[in-house]
Amino acid sequence: MKAPFNEVISGFVSLLTGMGITLGQLFRPIVTVQYPHQTLTMPKRFRGHILLKKEPTTGKSTCVACDLCVKACPSDCILVEGEKKPGEKRKSVTLFELDYTKCSLCGACVEVCPVDALEYSRAYNLASTSKQEYKVMDLVKRLEDSKHP
Amino acid sequence: MIIPEPFRLLTSLLAVAGFIGANAAYLVWVERKAAAWFQRRAGPTEVGWGGLLQPLADAIKLMSKQIIVPPGTDRLLFCLAPVLIMVPAAMCFAVLPFSAALVPRDINVSLLMVFAFGSLNVIAVMLAGWSSRNKYAIISAARVVSQNVAYEIPMLLVVITVLMVSRTMNLTEIVAKQAGGFWHWNVFNLAANPLMPVTFVIFFICMLAETNRAPFDMAEAESELVAGVFTEYAGMGFGVFFMAEYANIVAGCAMATILFLGGWHSPIGLWPGVWWFLLKMYFLIFTVIWVRWTFPRTQFYGLLNLSWKILIPLSLFTLVLTSGLLKIFGR
Repeated sequence: MKAPFNEVISGFVSLLTGMGITLGQLFRPIVTVQYPHQTLTMPKRFRGHILLKKEPTTGKSTCVACDLCVKACPSDCILVEGEKKPGEKRKSVTLFELDYTKCSLCGACVEVCPVDALEYSRAYNLASTSKQEYKVMDLVKRLEDSKHP
Repeated sequence: MIIPEPFRLLTSLLAVAGFIGANAAYLVWVERKAAAWFQRRAGPTEVGWGGLLQPLADAIKLMSKQIIVPPGTDRLLFCLAPVLIMVPAAMCFAVLPFSAALVPRDINVSLLMVFAFGSLNVIAVMLAGWSSRNKYAIISAARVVSQNVAYEIPMLLVVITVLMVSRTMNLTEIVAKQAGGFWHWNVFNLAANPLMPVTFVIFFICMLAETNRAPFDMAEAESELVAGVFTEYAGMGFGVFFMAEYANIVAGCAMATILFLGGWHSPIGLWPGVWWFLLKMYFLIFTVIWVRWTFPRTQFYGLLNLSWKILIPLSLFTLVLTSGLLKIFGR
């Protein structure tokens, strides 16, 4: 006889407890980021698409066009060409194209690079109206255009 | 102040229409903001300061959309349903006393009238579901009918309890009898019935169920029935359903205030006036929103079990208790 009454009372108390918890949340600060107005800075180990690193002393890439990244790429989305310039011991890169529409961001190219010439970018909110912009990303040109060392 | 008759009619009509419109528009904003704060988000911020013009943007969007009547539907009933849900909700406001003098029509059966029109809302939902020619809409309509029938009973039993205590069907007189401090309010009228606070809670729960609000929103049930009876409605057809939902909430909370919380009377006897009524009513509306964003939707069995196994026996018991106490101790 007592059980149904206890159930009703304890059920009602648990409803009030729940409402107390939500009321507590009502007065706590907002935790979401208002996206177009505020953006999060990506953490250091964020893996965006790859970029050629800039050598601080020369301002050029250290890439030797060895084609290891091309072979390591599971999606076959990297194209590298290089030439041996007169007076230099190693080849240097002349063309580094990334097909970002196929890239799966696995990072195999970064792992395999013997001269540590590749890095991840922090770009995460990429958008374009044409596919071509990501079909052929000229990383050598990006390196030359980039301001940062 | 006495306004001569045709002007009184006109001003009441405009005031009621304006009150319902403004409430429907801004309660949507309040609901979205409150929902956001309960979930620690910011809510609408883009249109106007703090998103205050958001209802206007929503209205423009809804009005500029085409009203589509799907082929094969019962066109007349399909178009009638939004009208039929809005009109009874608005009719209730014709007799609601906002303060001793601020009542559009002071009739002696206003309590009966509010509940008579309040129960029409289920027919409109049924029509909307039936005429949509959509399986989700029909499932939802069938659920809503059994839900509203189940919750109408405890609600009216509780109202009869209040009716026996106050001995009048005139809402203005019901409030007038609760004058003088919060201990005279019906909700604390423990001399008439020691279970009065329980009857208030039963009334509030039934009001949530009758207005199809979460956790009893079987009419919409968006996670299982697309949008329930509103599935086939586009543009302002849906907008009217939405407005009617808020009009019903305002009417329901106003009734709870009038019947249990002493209407326009001040809890401490100071500054009597319409603001006390609005304060209590909006507090109840906030509670309705608060409940929505706290509890998930109940299962359908749970919903009917709550009514038939708990609320109806409890409200019958309070009814018998009140009548017994009135018989023994009288007034």
